Amino acid sequence: MEPKKITAPLSDEDVLSLKAGDNVLISGVIYTARDAAHKKLIELMDQAEPLPIDLQGQIIYYVGPTPAKPGQVIGSAGPTTSGRMDAYTPKMLENGMKACIGKGLRNQAVKDALQEHKGLYLAAVGGAGALLSKKIKKCEVVAYPELGAEAIHRLEVEDFPATVINDAFGSDLYAEGAKAYAR
Amino acid sequence: MRELSVSTITDTVAGMCEEANIYLGEDVSGALKRSLEIEESPTGQEVLKQLIDNLDIAKNEQIPICQDTGFAVFFVELGQEVHLSGGTLEEAINAGVKKGYTEGYLRKSIVKDPLYERKNTGDNTPAVIYTDIVPGDKVKISFAPKGGGSENMSAVKMLKPADGEEGLVDFVVNHVKAAGPNPCPPIVVGVGIGGTFDRVAVQAKKALFRPVGEPHPDSRYAGLEKKILSKINDLGVGPQGFGGRVFALAVHIETFPSHIASMAAAVNINCHACRHLEKVI
Repeated sequence: MEPKKITAPLSDEDVLSLKAGDNVLISGVIYTARDAAHKKLIELMDQAEPLPIDLQGQIIYYVGPTPAKPGQVIGSAGPTTSGRMDAYTPKMLENGMKACIGKGLRNQAVKDALQEHKGLYLAAVGGAGALLSKKIKKCEVVAYPELGAEAIHRLEVEDFPATVINDAFGSDLYAEGAKAYAR
Repeated sequence: MRELSVSTITDTVAGMCEEANIYLGEDVSGALKRSLEIEESPTGQEVLKQLIDNLDIAKNEQIPICQDTGFAVFFVELGQEVHLSGGTLEEAINAGVKKGYTEGYLRKSIVKDPLYERKNTGDNTPAVIYTDIVPGDKVKISFAPKGGGSENMSAVKMLKPADGEEGLVDFVVNHVKAAGPNPCPPIVVGVGIGGTFDRVAVQAKKALFRPVGEPHPDSRYAGLEKKILSKINDLGVGPQGFGGRVFALAVHIETFPSHIASMAAAVNINCHACRHLEKVI
């Protein structure tokens, strides 16, 4: 099946046009955040303070890249395990995030929130950090530089490959994929 | 007695840190390429192709295979006829890790206090080092940068001797099933059997240093490795957990003699980037 091309940030229509198991190629602007940055963002939301980035329609990529060598845009940049962000994801969706990219299982609260707020959980290939780094054309730190690899980076991506794991209709590729091939 | 300056160890270790993170061994890349012929799922095939392309890009562009360049784990066999001069073995290895991770633009992923401040040490030290004193005048250093995502999917269970082979197989297969997509499949599964609570975990780790697919020398355990691998792959989890035939590339078992009352078992999982490297000085 040919991958579908999508452009970030996403609209509700973009989200609703995709189903679990679809392969996508993402172009446009996405933002990175891992455990530490999520914690800070959620603290700001709890205090009703302004966020350092506008989350409306955004795709958040769970990644902590290796340092870029001179002349490189970014170092190795594959996804990290998403489950560590489960505690924060419903609130991120509530505040406008439309999709997140990581790898690995999500809890039921995240899957429910994806349905409620029309969101997507995407997986990039874990451990393909060199390949994925080539899809990132521009990278700049936009918040929390003190966090190093965990700072929030603004990335311009071109044909960044990912697969829809959980869609806005309650389907789950991890459950359905394994069921189809189990024997 | 052979005199060996610890600076030689530091330089060797620094080189190993960079090499292991950029070039995946032919044992693993070969297993990935063979798995492409077995995989039936189109999405699974696409994943395997990306992983194989990733290895070429890493090599050609000198970028780490994965952004998680790991906890630096070493097994050292120190010949008892070697006299190290200029410092201790541990200091020399940590100096090598610091040099390799800094000069090689590798990610520093270690925090000093595990519970409270969790402040990054800034140079990926300290390493985890296991040392055996062995006959001879050589130093053999085995290194693996161990990623956190797969390491988190590990377990130790104190089985009963009466649980037997069936109990062991159930423990391993059920554990790996629960880990699912999290440890970045296709995975390599290290299994320790026997010893104490702590020893069995070390045996499971050691199993991940064996060239991928090399069977256990004892044919009974080699057969058991094949049996567990087949059961794991029958789960259908597939590459990255997207569904497919290839959930694991290999199962490696390492045993240790056991107390009459125990049958300790451990599972230590590695992602497909099963990075390991050996050098003899």
